[in-house]
Amino acid sequence: MSALSIKGLTKSFGPAEVICGVDLDVADNEVHAVIGPNGAGKSTFFNLLSGAFAPTDGEIYLHGDRINGLSPDKIQQRGLSRSFQVSNVFGNLSVYENLRCACFKQAHSGYVFWRPASKVRAANQRAEEVLEMIGLQELRDVPAGALPYASQRALEIGMTIACDASVVLLDEPTAGMSNTETTQAINLIRQVAEGRTLMIVEHDMGVVFELADRISVLVYGKIIATGKPEEIRNDPRVKEAYLGEEAA
Amino acid sequence: MSQDIIAPMQRPKSRTSLRGLVPWVVFAAALLLLPVFFSGNSTAFTLLNVIGINIVFALSYNMLLGQGGMLSFGHAVFFGLGSYAAMHAMIAIDEASYAGEGFWAHVPVLGMPLVGMIAGGLVALVLGWPFCRRAGTAFAMITLGLGEMVAAAGQMFPSLFGGEAGIYGNRMVGPQWFGLELAQSSDVYWFIAFWTFAAVFAMWAFTRTPLGRLSNAVRDNPDRLQFIGYPPRNVRFMIFIASGAFGGLAGGMAAVNYEIITPEALGLIPSGLALLMAAVGGLGVFYGPIVGAVVVTLMNSMLSDYTDASILYVGLVFLAIVMFAPRGLGGGIEQVRVAWREGELGQRLPGWLSGALAVGMIIVGLVVLVELTFQITHGDDEFAHVFGVDFDAASLWGWLTVVVLLVAGGLIKRATNKLREGQE
Repeated sequence: MSALSIKGLTKSFGPAEVICGVDLDVADNEVHAVIGPNGAGKSTFFNLLSGAFAPTDGEIYLHGDRINGLSPDKIQQRGLSRSFQVSNVFGNLSVYENLRCACFKQAHSGYVFWRPASKVRAANQRAEEVLEMIGLQELRDVPAGALPYASQRALEIGMTIACDASVVLLDEPTAGMSNTETTQAINLIRQVAEGRTLMIVEHDMGVVFELADRISVLVYGKIIATGKPEEIRNDPRVKEAYLGEEAA
Repeated sequence: MSQDIIAPMQRPKSRTSLRGLVPWVVFAAALLLLPVFFSGNSTAFTLLNVIGINIVFALSYNMLLGQGGMLSFGHAVFFGLGSYAAMHAMIAIDEASYAGEGFWAHVPVLGMPLVGMIAGGLVALVLGWPFCRRAGTAFAMITLGLGEMVAAAGQMFPSLFGGEAGIYGNRMVGPQWFGLELAQSSDVYWFIAFWTFAAVFAMWAFTRTPLGRLSNAVRDNPDRLQFIGYPPRNVRFMIFIASGAFGGLAGGMAAVNYEIITPEALGLIPSGLALLMAAVGGLGVFYGPIVGAVVVTLMNSMLSDYTDASILYVGLVFLAIVMFAPRGLGGGIEQVRVAWREGELGQRLPGWLSGALAVGMIIVGLVVLVELTFQITHGDDEFAHVFGVDFDAASLWGWLTVVVLLVAGGLIKRATNKLREGQE
């Protein structure tokens, strides 16, 4: 069974159809990249999968269960977790607290008010693990809002994987990073991808071709091609979409 | 809610649990020693009791605003209804002890804050769900409406609320525990001190629980909270209930202390007082509202001995703090502490002192201005007395003092701002 199965997914805002009938199957443990020019609807696509928007039409199945129309927290509970293109953290909370909050759901302890958070072993253990994984031990007590940009991006990814979701969506994880930072981020994403299904929206083609098992090209709300990296590289339709008609 | 008002100070965690105990020992010692200083002074005890009630009230309010990012204008609803519930329970105790039988005959008046707490929590549980969908302006407006509605209902159901005169009870009824008679305000002090300590500790402990942390998370970024598995509305609803319960607890303390409760206690004025105390003390520091409750209660009760314009001055202080020290008194204390630990105190202190001097001069200038105006409009005295100095509104000198103070204060403030910019 595929991890994510999308059938005829459509989203309109008023008369504007932003996603127009997307069909896609993402296999278990696959790293699947979604690329496309600006305004192609990549972020909207992720917003539909993660429940931020409800689709106008179509179906989304997560491990065979229909999830479209569910609220983001319900979808997260079923094992789909996402990161954001613009860092979206709890600014006044420390790095560690951000991670721990992201671990409460899996430890079934977010609504606990009779026990200190430090006594919730599962959440603390997992938060420590993720903290080490994203390499922010030195900054553990710094408020997330005061972090340098790259560290904030790392925290963003950390919070996304803290719950140990089976399907992870990363929205432009390396946007705005320097070369060194990008290399570090790629290593982190590789680690994240182990044993998980990963979908990633990315503009940096180097990152995409390095990481992805398969690539889908989204143009004006339609997937015009899906395939292995080398297939996509040589696909004339993709060249046309990216470089304009004359080049094709 | 603007970020810098609630932003907590950056503070490395101290892992030694013994050091964490220090503030609690100091707090308990203060509560135990205060009666020694004020022994025999019943006015002081009356004031201390009000302060205790207001500390719990202000902290319970800050669970919403400072911790959860929910600006409420109706918090007195929980305080007032908790107080009414406790008062009805006290009346029931009175009647049951007179008859010598029944459940209430065995309930001590000392437990009334728990009755208030249950009532406040239940009211929040019943009313809260529709309110907690959104924070921000929508929530503020809804709580404003709630406050007005409940206050109006208070006038409409005299059998429950006693009409304009309210209802009253007697605290010297029912079983007596620990030999505490509750006759004098100095007896009531021990009751207040116990519940203040217990409630402050419980609310502090709440901030350390997972739900307490999630309440900070929903304040900082409700959208992200959904994507880590928690609907913001659920988290807000639970904070709302907890805050209502502690507001009700403060109301229960008030019922025993005042032995009377009127529908006014449900309205906008006491709700505003909670906001005032929390903001003056600082929303981003746990103990901020405690400081605010002490300062505002003292100002409210003591300034009126000296001037007819006391309420105006409370407003003035509120304005000054919101404008010049948005993190409140508690935030200021915390800033000094951090600077002290980082060894930057010597460097930062001149800036702070001159800033405080400037604001102080502006305030004094405004006070002289107000007092002079007061003397003209309804002065039955020849002079306006300000801080032991007599000003004559008929002569130019008083007015000149005002101008000098305001201008000099403004200039110093500007110079201070430049100095600080240079430091950063």
